[in-house]
Amino acid sequence: MIPLSWYLILSAALFSIGLFGALSRRNAVAILLGVELMLNAVNINLVAFWRYGDYTSMAGQVFAIIVFAVAAAEVSVGLALVISVYRRRNTVVADELDMLKW
Amino acid sequence: MYFMTAEQIIFLIVSGATLASALMVVTVRNLVHAALWLVATLFGVAVIFAILNAGFIAVVQVVVYIGAIAILFIFAVMLTRKDLRDNVPQLNKNWWAGALVAAATFAGLVFLLQSWSAISKTAEVLPDKFDAVGLLGEALISPDAYVLPFEVASVLLLAAMVGAVYVAFSRK
Repeated sequence: MIPLSWYLILSAALFSIGLFGALSRRNAVAILLGVELMLNAVNINLVAFWRYGDYTSMAGQVFAIIVFAVAAAEVSVGLALVISVYRRRNTVVADELDMLKW
Repeated sequence: MYFMTAEQIIFLIVSGATLASALMVVTVRNLVHAALWLVATLFGVAVIFAILNAGFIAVVQVVVYIGAIAILFIFAVMLTRKDLRDNVPQLNKNWWAGALVAAATFAGLVFLLQSWSAISKTAEVLPDKFDAVGLLGEALISPDAYVLPFEVASVLLLAAMVGAVYVAFSRK
């Protein structure tokens, strides 16, 4: 049997990789890719706790489904913003989008 | 002598492949390739869900994440194609600070986990004829369980869809 710690460490590693991508990439689409990795790490944790805890209560899987919905909402709005910004400013590099800075 | 079971070997192979393709997602230069590596990562996570006996979640992962979200990423990358020039750096100039924060997060999480007593717990065997999908469906629509969060999530999706159409619509 696989101990719970293996899943939690896999999830922590995936979260850290996604965090690095979200913090270090210049392209706004690539930043969203990093956020997707972090959301997937959260889902691994939720499903692992469902399986290793009380598996008759479906809380872990229900939360995983809700995270799916939130991820879909986040990515659709995020990519729509990226496309809209690209149309107006002709760039998707996060460093160059400094209209709110003074 | 400690022998690994087949399940553990499969888990190690799959999680190694998942983490390797996740690293490719955040480091590779060409963004179309990054999106394709994301598909590989998401598939690896789906296999992890299958190992955890969450078959329905694994299928939803493949259909929603790979079938919709990853394809949406590939479309967005292609619509903003100009910034895929290969001669510009893909990481910002503070990338080392990001790497430091990520490494510190990982070290902190592992430190917290190894001080937790239930960490090496193993899963109980699921009973025969355990109907996880049926229980999940009842939990999602039962007023005693999660019908309210479920409905809020669907309103959120609708609002996100309307918002995405409004933001990305080009007025001629």
